[in-house]
Amino acid sequence: MTDRNDTATRVMAFIEPFNKKGIVVTEATRFAQDLEWDSLTVLDFVATIEDEFDILITMNQQAEIENVGQLVDAVTALKAA
Amino acid sequence: MGDLFNKFDALIAQREALLSTGLTDPFNLVMEEVLSPTVAICNGKRTILLGTYNYMGMTFDPDVIAAGKQALDEFGSGTTGSRVLNGTYRGHRDCEDALKHFYAMDHAMVFSTGYQANLGIISTIAGKDDYIVLDIDSHASIYDGCALGNANIVPFRHNDVEALEKRLKRIPEGAGKLVILEGVYSMLGDIAPLKEMVAVSKAAGAMVLVDEAHSMGFIGENGRGVAEAQGVIDDVDFIIGTFSKSVGTVGGFCVSNHPKFEILRLVCRPYVFTASLPPSVVATAATSIRKLMHGADKRAHLWENSKKLHAGLKALGFTLGTDTPQSAIIAVIMPDLAKGAAMWEALLNEGLYVNLARPPATPGNMTLLRCSLCAEHSSEQVDQILTMFTAAGRATNCIS
Repeated sequence: MTDRNDTATRVMAFIEPFNKKGIVVTEATRFAQDLEWDSLTVLDFVATIEDEFDILITMNQQAEIENVGQLVDAVTALKAA
Repeated sequence: MGDLFNKFDALIAQREALLSTGLTDPFNLVMEEVLSPTVAICNGKRTILLGTYNYMGMTFDPDVIAAGKQALDEFGSGTTGSRVLNGTYRGHRDCEDALKHFYAMDHAMVFSTGYQANLGIISTIAGKDDYIVLDIDSHASIYDGCALGNANIVPFRHNDVEALEKRLKRIPEGAGKLVILEGVYSMLGDIAPLKEMVAVSKAAGAMVLVDEAHSMGFIGENGRGVAEAQGVIDDVDFIIGTFSKSVGTVGGFCVSNHPKFEILRLVCRPYVFTASLPPSVVATAATSIRKLMHGADKRAHLWENSKKLHAGLKALGFTLGTDTPQSAIIAVIMPDLAKGAAMWEALLNEGLYVNLARPPATPGNMTLLRCSLCAEHSSEQVDQILTMFTAAGRATNCIS
């Protein structure tokens, strides 16, 4: 569980530079609807996460990720794999 | 019960708002007469064409036309069948031979459109457990091919060699890897650093597919594309191309030296489950391809046109998609869709047709006026085009 908490903290920190609207980000925050990210922002953000955690998040996996909590789960799982 | 069309409401509203201003619909233009590769009659007005993919001006070539007419007379209007059943005529084989000769490759497979060539080849060679690493700005047909094959899709930032290399290294050991690149990216008209990209892909053990749709006939010593121009064509496993640009008709193809390539004719669904091209189309394509091999003078003139238009538009104060002319496409970046549509209409009123490109087809949500030059544009026509851009740009306050 600590591993997931640690990942969650880091993911939240990486979201901040892309949080142009300055909203309060929780695990329920959705990328498209709440943060209003366009496809280019998603690409840049995903690239940041991939590089920081040294993982690949395929577009197929991205399609399943709607909110921050789901991303933290996916990153945690990919790191463990 | 939900109307399945509700998902289009935002687009319908955007379109209605745009047209309610009295603007000509940029996506509904009709060419009443086509006088040459560079001139047509639109709305009763003589219009210079600067928004076609007729890069080498082959559509009215007398030899091409004659070959098409002869094939119509001798083989009829259509094949009414699949390539693997009754749809392979002598002309289809001849067309594939012309491609093999043009690219100096062992195998060529002709599809009914360029879209189907990407759809078919990509979905057939990269399946569920394979990884496709592709440039984020790839054409819709490439993405659709990836989706149809159900492969794992890994995009990387446009033209970023390091981003490609990093992602290749993270793919699980032993998984099949296909890297998909384009020679010329058609929205901004920029070219890919294929030399570096093919090298890192090969070092990672990946197969490489390059879509050369917008470079065939024009770029490279023999018109084989950007991979030829950058000296890496021998390391490219598959080249995808089209007949609907420089070749001047319709159809798509893949050429390759892969020893098992021919098996694709039996397993590639977008090749098998559709009708083959009409005999007149493959006859015009084969004739055009053979003539393009000897098109060095036309290639040189097209480069002159591209350089002249690029320099002229830059001097007028327009923002362009590339700092230097890299292909036959020059993209003028517009501040927004409303301004872009107004400028498009002003140009049409001046007697110039360009492409209005907008999201989602464009990278970074840009609105573009895409100019594509033809080897048959005279130097005087390029001067006229610049005069029209000056007038339209001032009328719409795009330039001062």
